[in-house]
Amino acid sequence: MAQLAAVIGTGQTRYKTKRGDVSIAGLLREAAVNALEDAGLGFEDIDAVVIGKAPDMFEGVVMPECYLADALGANGKPMLRVHTAGSVGGSTALVAASHVQSGTFKRVLTVTYEKQSESNAMWALSTPQPFAVHLNAGAGGYFAPIIREYMRRSKAPWDVGIKVAVKDRLHGARNPLAHLHKPDITMKEVEESMMLWDPLRLLEACPSSDGACAMVIAAEDAVDSSAKPPAWIRGGAMRSEPTMYAGREEVNPRAGRDCAADVYAQAGIRDPRRDLDVAEIYVPFSWYEPMWLENLGFAEEGQGWRLTMEGATSLDEGGDIPWNPSGGVLSSNPIGASGMIRFAEAARQVRGDAGAHQVEGAKLAMGHAYGGGAQFFSMWIVGADKP
Amino acid sequence: MSEAREPVTGIEAPVYLQYQFTAGRAPSRFLSALKQGRLTGQRCPGCSQVYIPPRGACPACGIATEEEVTLSNKATVQSFTIVYIPIPGNPIKPPYIVANLVPDGANISFIHLLSECVNEEVHIGQRVQAVWKPEAEWDYKMDNIIYYKPLDEPDVPVELIGKLGVDGREVQP
Repeated sequence: MAQLAAVIGTGQTRYKTKRGDVSIAGLLREAAVNALEDAGLGFEDIDAVVIGKAPDMFEGVVMPECYLADALGANGKPMLRVHTAGSVGGSTALVAASHVQSGTFKRVLTVTYEKQSESNAMWALSTPQPFAVHLNAGAGGYFAPIIREYMRRSKAPWDVGIKVAVKDRLHGARNPLAHLHKPDITMKEVEESMMLWDPLRLLEACPSSDGACAMVIAAEDAVDSSAKPPAWIRGGAMRSEPTMYAGREEVNPRAGRDCAADVYAQAGIRDPRRDLDVAEIYVPFSWYEPMWLENLGFAEEGQGWRLTMEGATSLDEGGDIPWNPSGGVLSSNPIGASGMIRFAEAARQVRGDAGAHQVEGAKLAMGHAYGGGAQFFSMWIVGADKP
Repeated sequence: MSEAREPVTGIEAPVYLQYQFTAGRAPSRFLSALKQGRLTGQRCPGCSQVYIPPRGACPACGIATEEEVTLSNKATVQSFTIVYIPIPGNPIKPPYIVANLVPDGANISFIHLLSECVNEEVHIGQRVQAVWKPEAEWDYKMDNIIYYKPLDEPDVPVELIGKLGVDGREVQP
């Protein structure tokens, strides 16, 4: 039986296009210091450090985990780097949590980041392969045909993606850390933004951000240092599957369904829409909200878009299951950190610490991340109540 | 001596990568056939699905693939995107269509360019055909096919996409 663990501190940087005022090390340290302060601890209280980021090519810096050890106070302590593509922010949190749940460490600091301004992540993702033509045009180019297939199957109205793009930016306008602040955004503005990868427009895609996110995860007998209540980890799961195999369900990947079933079982969740108060879900392209509503069991297959259009996922429309009150990946995307931001924002919600984007009385929240060709998934459920 | 201190917020430090690709047995056969102007795949002895490009094992069953299958130059559009962004170093001008195509005889798609078409008329299930470079230019590359172009054939019903034999007919189980 695993031991109980809880988030006792979260720390983030402000997300923006370019953080020219800090180096990569400075960026991570900023988030780490914020998380330690929130936890009421110092670097000396930490037993181990777990970091994560997306591919090294994104900044051209290889093996950042080695040179970041001192900036993160890891000298003389175990330090580990995790990598699972875009889901890395989530899987890093889960690796850090398991360091505590296993009983090995009492307090673990975990930090993830991306400094997209230092290189070109879109084209670093799109390198030539020797057995294919070189036509890959970033993550949007990869996911657009899958979105097109979802639109065909579900017969969803054409503007569902536009609605998500507006909803998450209105949420982001409540969050002082969000990269995009667009309190006056309209459906028309999104519709008229440049088409990038038909059917995806510029404003239906995530921005390129610099930023870092950190958390302190502690064992049951070490949660009292923070002035705020702990966010108890009620379940955590990861799944992976191959990018391509004959008959692969790309719109509604099995790894996502299996991962959700696992994490719900751990947390005793039967109906996620009813049982959860809020969810922070990895939606880097607008249409992934209805697609993941179905994949994660918040709606029947083919019906996810109805929740979006009815406002069920919107804080501003008083929806019953707000998705991404922080503004989500559509408002801030420091890739390697984006998953951890979902996990940390879920923790902030159940700690009552989410400020202007707080979901009133949130007790149970989900954090979710996916990566690669929608083939790596990581999820957790955190709660205000001790299990 | 006093100098104005400007913050240094960036210096150019380009990284260039060159890598040697060891193809292994299955991709070697695939690339050699391409050099002879043929598209080939490999059939999984477990699930009978045909993979292109063959990587030597079926990712679903986890077993080695050996049987080589010659595939058709005809294919079906499984899905596609119209891209409005230029690819660095690629002369192709936006907007261009990148399609997920399943060649007849295979059970999985690859991406390739769709051309000689009206972008707005491209659709899922559409039939297309490979346009090859002149034989003298063939190399160990998928680029031997310049692009695919629409074919005047009836659309493939969605449930049959990825399930056609090399003759373009539904494979009877």
